[in-house]
Amino acid sequence: MTDAISPLGAVGRPVSIHTDDAAKARLKGRYRTETWFKWLGAAAVALAGLFLVLLLSTIVTQAIPALRQNYLTLPIDLSAAKVDPAKLGEVNYDAIAQEALTAKFPDVTSRQDKRLLRGLISTGTGVFLRKDIAADPGMLGGTVDYAVPLDDFADLYLKGLLADVGSDEAISTSVTPSETSGDIDLTFGDDAMLALARGHGATEGENGMLTLTSGASSLLVAFNGGTVKLTALSPAANGTVIAKGTVIEALDSTAPAASGQAFLRVIETPEASRKISDKVIVWLDTLKSAGLIESRFNSIFFFTGASREPELAGVWGAVVGSFLTMIVTLAIAFPIGVSAAIYLEEFAPKNRLTTMIEVNINNLAAVPSIVFGLLGLAVFLNFFGMPRSAPVVGGMVLALMTLPIIIIASRASLRAVPPSIREAALGIGASKVQTVFHHVLPLAMPGIMTGTILGMAHALGETAPLLMIGMVAFIVDIPGGFTDPATILPVQIFMWADFPEAGFQQKTSAAILILLLFLVIMNAIAVILRKRFERRW
Amino acid sequence: MNIMTEAGVEQKLSSGTNAPSIKMKGEKVSVHYGEKRALFDVDIDVRENQVTALIGPSGCGKSTFLRCLNRMNDTIDIARVSGKITLDGEDVYDPKIDVVELRARVGMVFQKPNPFPKSIYENVAYGPRIHGLARSKAELDGIVESSLKKAGLFNEVKDRLLESGTGLSGGQQQRLCIARAIAVSPEVILMDEPCSALDPIATARVEELIDELRQNYTIVIVTHSMQQAARVSQRTAMFHLGYLVEEGATDKMFTNPDDKRTQDYITGRFG
Repeated sequence: MTDAISPLGAVGRPVSIHTDDAAKARLKGRYRTETWFKWLGAAAVALAGLFLVLLLSTIVTQAIPALRQNYLTLPIDLSAAKVDPAKLGEVNYDAIAQEALTAKFPDVTSRQDKRLLRGLISTGTGVFLRKDIAADPGMLGGTVDYAVPLDDFADLYLKGLLADVGSDEAISTSVTPSETSGDIDLTFGDDAMLALARGHGATEGENGMLTLTSGASSLLVAFNGGTVKLTALSPAANGTVIAKGTVIEALDSTAPAASGQAFLRVIETPEASRKISDKVIVWLDTLKSAGLIESRFNSIFFFTGASREPELAGVWGAVVGSFLTMIVTLAIAFPIGVSAAIYLEEFAPKNRLTTMIEVNINNLAAVPSIVFGLLGLAVFLNFFGMPRSAPVVGGMVLALMTLPIIIIASRASLRAVPPSIREAALGIGASKVQTVFHHVLPLAMPGIMTGTILGMAHALGETAPLLMIGMVAFIVDIPGGFTDPATILPVQIFMWADFPEAGFQQKTSAAILILLLFLVIMNAIAVILRKRFERRW
Repeated sequence: MNIMTEAGVEQKLSSGTNAPSIKMKGEKVSVHYGEKRALFDVDIDVRENQVTALIGPSGCGKSTFLRCLNRMNDTIDIARVSGKITLDGEDVYDPKIDVVELRARVGMVFQKPNPFPKSIYENVAYGPRIHGLARSKAELDGIVESSLKKAGLFNEVKDRLLESGTGLSGGQQQRLCIARAIAVSPEVILMDEPCSALDPIATARVEELIDELRQNYTIVIVTHSMQQAARVSQRTAMFHLGYLVEEGATDKMFTNPDDKRTQDYITGRFG
């Protein structure tokens, strides 16, 4: 091999313009360019793949919590005293459920705390209860254990999304309370608590006093069947520490808890920077440790319409709205688009007019979608007076947007049918229409359908034009027809992304996931159709 | 239906003298593709139950002329045909003539085998079906079978009539296309270089077939092969640069042509 590189081109090989050194250098340069190109291509693909993985993993991890919802099982009193079977419609079911909950916490007495406690369960509880009783009147007449959905904040806390909670740790010293409720003093056997408080953002005061404000982590001490929140600590004689605290759950007695009998629970996120108070956290933890809270598949999310309450909001209304809209789009865009493509490709004379039409169809495909929304607003709503927010109008607007895509795809696949097939049919006396419908169109159909499905997928993900025709309205009911007010998935995502409640964050991601799922299914159908009906000729 | 024109009278006369009657006749046929003129005042007689071969170098207009005979040039937007072409004395470019009917009477086989991507049966049955030639399924089956037999393909495909026509070999595909053309019972069959995509064995089969078909049909064939023209045709027309150089009995054309260009082309000195 080294011989071949020598300038003499040794070993009996005559040197020609294809074997001399310059040629070798050229060849090497060519290979270098190829290698470069290959690497750049691979890098581009890898980068694209990385972004895709990043995007999907972000959405999926955000969406997963929304797939489950926490339910609280309460003993609900449905005896005749509370619920008159003759007047089921007049019963305040919410109040009954709230009573059942407050009965669990007899020490909660202040109005404010009671309201906070009632807020633990969803405001939709009464509606669910009423519906279930209507479906199963056998529930009436006694006390039943009934699972009610938790409010969004409670739910989010239990999913670990609202506050950073440490685990319970045993306190390795004795703890002695001064009272069983109210603001009390706690005496700790050693000063370990001081270092701990400092580590969690306590503010230093005079005489070594440490204050735990709402800007610091919450330190909760659980013992004697109750829970105390520490507010301040100061060193005392004999190395002990005296802490001030507020009882959240009343203690059984003022007996000192021995070393290892009291537990410290640290909520790392300061109370000021989370949307759930220490009180609510303690209540929820109590309910959870009593085994009353259960995480279930979130059927509310999948099978109900929109709501202002995150725990009650579902995508079903938007899914149905999207479905109705897509039906209208398909019913309009497919026949018109394919007919237009067939006429332009097979029948229309090639003259200045048809050329102009062609150019304009191609231009239409590039028009920003919001312009179609404006058109829909001006023509369909204002001129023809069609209903606002209705799938029929949304479908028409999207059909206008999809038309050029379908026409272009259909024409391309009609053009791809070899002319020999047309000649064969014409040659045995088939008319033009017979030729097109018996031979050309069936062969072009897979391509047309692929183009149509991709156009529909494009339309399914479209938001802007539908904002213009009022499909952004807040609609609770699931649309029952083409003229009912409705919203669609991408618009629902857009609205949820805008809502301030933390619970909507996960719902947004979950809805995006559903939308992506639909798009993947549609694209898969397009691929299958293409593979299945691909023909050779 | 038959309008007695001058050509029709002529045809009657010529048939009286025992010579084959004239089935199709081209008079001063010219074709323009846009600005470009492809054919200059061509006069040809196509005689009944004979094979007429059109020969000449590439681009000489023989395929263009062939496609005028069943108005396949209508499908090309820029093509314009002038002059007169008659079938049994009727002008085929007369507005009263239905082009669908014309093409049913004047069938065509193309250069490249172009079966429909459907079953063998469907390929043959399509023509009779659209023209309503069969009143029952049994009758249609009969047409398909007899057409495939006439095309010499039946024994090879009788067990797989429902398989795709595109799965056949090239030679079989071309015979399928011939069967498809026959199935409509045309009077004239136009063949545009039917063997150019086939190997010698398949070519020989198609040539045999053409000779057999001559009994029932009038055939016009465009070919680049001198031997083929000599073997299958009774009359030959030589085209050059859009002009008809000469036309006459094949025997005479190949042994003693009147025109020097024909002589040169046949002997391979140009073209």
